Amino acid sequence: MRAAEVILQALKREGVDTIFGFPGGVLLPLYDALYDSDIRHVLVRHEQGAGHAADGYARASGRVGVCMATSGPGATNLVTAIATAYMDSVPLVAITGQVSRHLLGLDSFQEADVTGITLPIVKHSYLVKNSADLPRIIREAFYIASTGRPGPVVIDIPVDVTKEELEFDPEEIPAMRLPGYKPTVKGHPKQIREAARVIAAAERPVIYAGGGVIIAGAADELRELALYGHIPVTTTLTGKGCFPEDHELSMGMVGMHGTPYANYALSQADLILAVGVRFDDRVTGKLEAFAPHAKYVHIDIDPAEISKNVPVDVPIVGDAKRVLAALLGELKKLELSPDRHLPWMEQVEKWKRDHPLVIRESEDGEIMPEWAIHKIWEVTRGEALVCTEVGQHQMWAAQHYLCKHPRRFISSAGLGTMGFGFPAAIGAQVACPDELVIDIAGDGSFQMTMQELATVVQHGLPVKVCIINNQYLGMVRQWQELFWNGRYSYTCIECQPDFVKLAEAYGIAGYRVTRPEDLEEVLRVAFASDGPALIDIRVKREANVFPMIPAGGTVHDMMEREL
Amino acid sequence: MKHTLSVLVENKPGVLTRVAGLFARRGFNIDSLVVAETENPEFSRMTITVDEQDQPIEQVTKQLHKLINVLKITDLEPAASVERELLLVKVKADAKTRSEIMQMVEIFRAKIVDVSPEVLVIEMTGNREKVSAFVDLLRPFGVVELMRTGRIAMRRGKKVT
Ligand SMILES: Cc1cc2nc3c(=O)[nH]c(=O)nc-3n(C[C@H](O)[C@H](O)[C@H](O)COP(=O)(O)OP(=O)(O)OC[C@H]3O[C@@H](n4cnc5c(N)ncnc54)[C@H](O)[C@@H]3O)c2cc1C
Ligand SMILES: Cc1ncc(C[n+]2csc(CCOP(=O)(O)OP(=O)(O)O)c2C)c(N)n1
Repeated sequence: MRAAEVILQALKREGVDTIFGFPGGVLLPLYDALYDSDIRHVLVRHEQGAGHAADGYARASGRVGVCMATSGPGATNLVTAIATAYMDSVPLVAITGQVSRHLLGLDSFQEADVTGITLPIVKHSYLVKNSADLPRIIREAFYIASTGRPGPVVIDIPVDVTKEELEFDPEEIPAMRLPGYKPTVKGHPKQIREAARVIAAAERPVIYAGGGVIIAGAADELRELALYGHIPVTTTLTGKGCFPEDHELSMGMVGMHGTPYANYALSQADLILAVGVRFDDRVTGKLEAFAPHAKYVHIDIDPAEISKNVPVDVPIVGDAKRVLAALLGELKKLELSPDRHLPWMEQVEKWKRDHPLVIRESEDGEIMPEWAIHKIWEVTRGEALVCTEVGQHQMWAAQHYLCKHPRRFISSAGLGTMGFGFPAAIGAQVACPDELVIDIAGDGSFQMTMQELATVVQHGLPVKVCIINNQYLGMVRQWQELFWNGRYSYTCIECQPDFVKLAEAYGIAGYRVTRPEDLEEVLRVAFASDGPALIDIRVKREANVFPMIPAGGTVHDMMEREL
Repeated sequence: MKHTLSVLVENKPGVLTRVAGLFARRGFNIDSLVVAETENPEFSRMTITVDEQDQPIEQVTKQLHKLINVLKITDLEPAASVERELLLVKVKADAKTRSEIMQMVEIFRAKIVDVSPEVLVIEMTGNREKVSAFVDLLRPFGVVELMRTGRIAMRRGKKVT
């Protein structure tokens, strides 16, 4: 069998049903094999789109996303997407074509050292020098990408390798050779008992839950534990949906743009149960002042995350699903009374009452951006699969699109990649064809990957794009306003296409909304349609995202609302 | 404080780049690094000496562990390990100084491996301090060229590194 065919067969064995890609010279043998394959190929318009789409597919489904690009510029176009997936622990396999083996290292046409370029942003990578290794390498790549702390794996394949003939029996599963790779999944029983003990003894406990809970598929276990222990929950941006945000124990998102009550609660807590989180600086602010009174229990599958930023009292290395289940078992033995920390729960309730998130509907007849998000939430009853770009609209979406289920809020959090949301929505829609998939976009971000409008049309993907259009690079403008004397250096982007006409040029329904009273109707019509749609929502241009704790600040520096 | 990390890795292309890149990224300056095959040709041993400055060494070793090709990392305690490095030094030697140098070679149990009218090439092994002491004593004669391998180290006793 030809190696190109072997690659596809091996991918199918891993359960791959879709590849997001873009062809090129060294991929010709692979694309030729794809022509007859029942693997779906989604042709994007820029390789970055293929990478983000595979990422969105993975985040929405929990399966490994696969993207493919040609050597040289094709592969370098994938770099941003690989780095994005790396930062947010997304299982991705990126297949890149490479020049023939005898041309390697000679600055050959379209040669780029892809394994070298991507070294710091992959979980692992392979340069395939021998076609006989392909079945094993593909198996290992999927195993590495999806187990332990997930991440991207690059497989760089010289074109001559893909042309070779080799024996291949799909029934015969190749042995993996990974002597150095053994992720720990089961938490240490003694540590789990100790965790139960400190949780039971706590007077002001908080659960701080993140992306790891979603990756582990541990939302049910987390909910059970929170309810049993009667512990309020705050999540990170990537953790949104791991605990239902409409639940009374939910405090919404924590951190720089998190809710005041979540940040107050962490700052006053005497116990923080941190699950699948990495104490990012957008959450902790000034490290020395973060949760100064708390003991920490930290559950994470990656030992390197334990005590990386804050010293942890009870570290538990393991898979959140297994550890939380075991921890709940231990807690039940201790028979916690639900009113053992009533004053604390009253305090949390008081913070919620006194410092709610504010939704301003309209100012001077203009739509306020957070209200637009609130409307999208209302119209979709919080059940849409939401992707976002990066900027103010992302933070408003995080605050006001309350999320009930895991894998229903997808955002580039760690790298903060503008242009991520739209292609990610494409991948999410492929993974979940029956869901309403919405990209909540900024006008700046959308212009970075809007060429993928052709992709949604070509593949019949009914993705809805809601542009929260302030004609600014709003998040940067906000910082200029607050910290740089209002000098709006190159953040005004009034020069932009007519997005409605742009949509129409692609054959997509386009809408523009400028008045609050029209928004709901347009959203209903657009969301009810079978095809893709683009809605250009013009909002008050200089609205700011609040609350905000300035970078490196503490909860005392929080700006709660517009002055 | 100096740490000697002994890192067992798969003997594959690119592994050295992965390890070295990780140190650079996490802001650690490598003092010396020795890589060679082990008793099993499928594995290589890297002996890496680093200075623990601002950041604790623990974060680097944990990150190293995450590299798929890394099997085992030992942070070797100086007291519980033997360490050696190899020195080659080319030193000026004329009729007057030659015998004095040879005496020193004797004392340090070094070896003269090449003799020519104006210079001697000397080989010596020992721990870092001993090698440095020897070099210091040779300096007044005129060191023309000097090469050190960087240290390798092995755990004392029955337990393997
Ligand atoms: C403009 C902007 C503003 C932002 N503002 C905020 C903000 O206000 N608040 C906020 O929270 N974030 C914010 N972020 C995102 C922030 O930068 C971080 O990306 C985010 O906080 C990290 O989330 P996390 O701690 O859940 O870790 P993730 O990056 O989601 O990492 C997951 C963690 O879970 C672990 N894990 C993986 N699998 C498992 C498993 N099976 N079992 C157990 N553990 C596992 C991993 O090892 C890792 O430690 C912002 C981003 C942008 C772009
Ligand atoms: C690729 C990339 N370039 C630059 C940035 C820096 N950046 C962060 S937010 C932002 C502005 C985003 O503007 P827009 O998409 O219009 O969203 P808004 O903040 O206005 O809602 C910029 C430039 C980034 N995050 N990603």
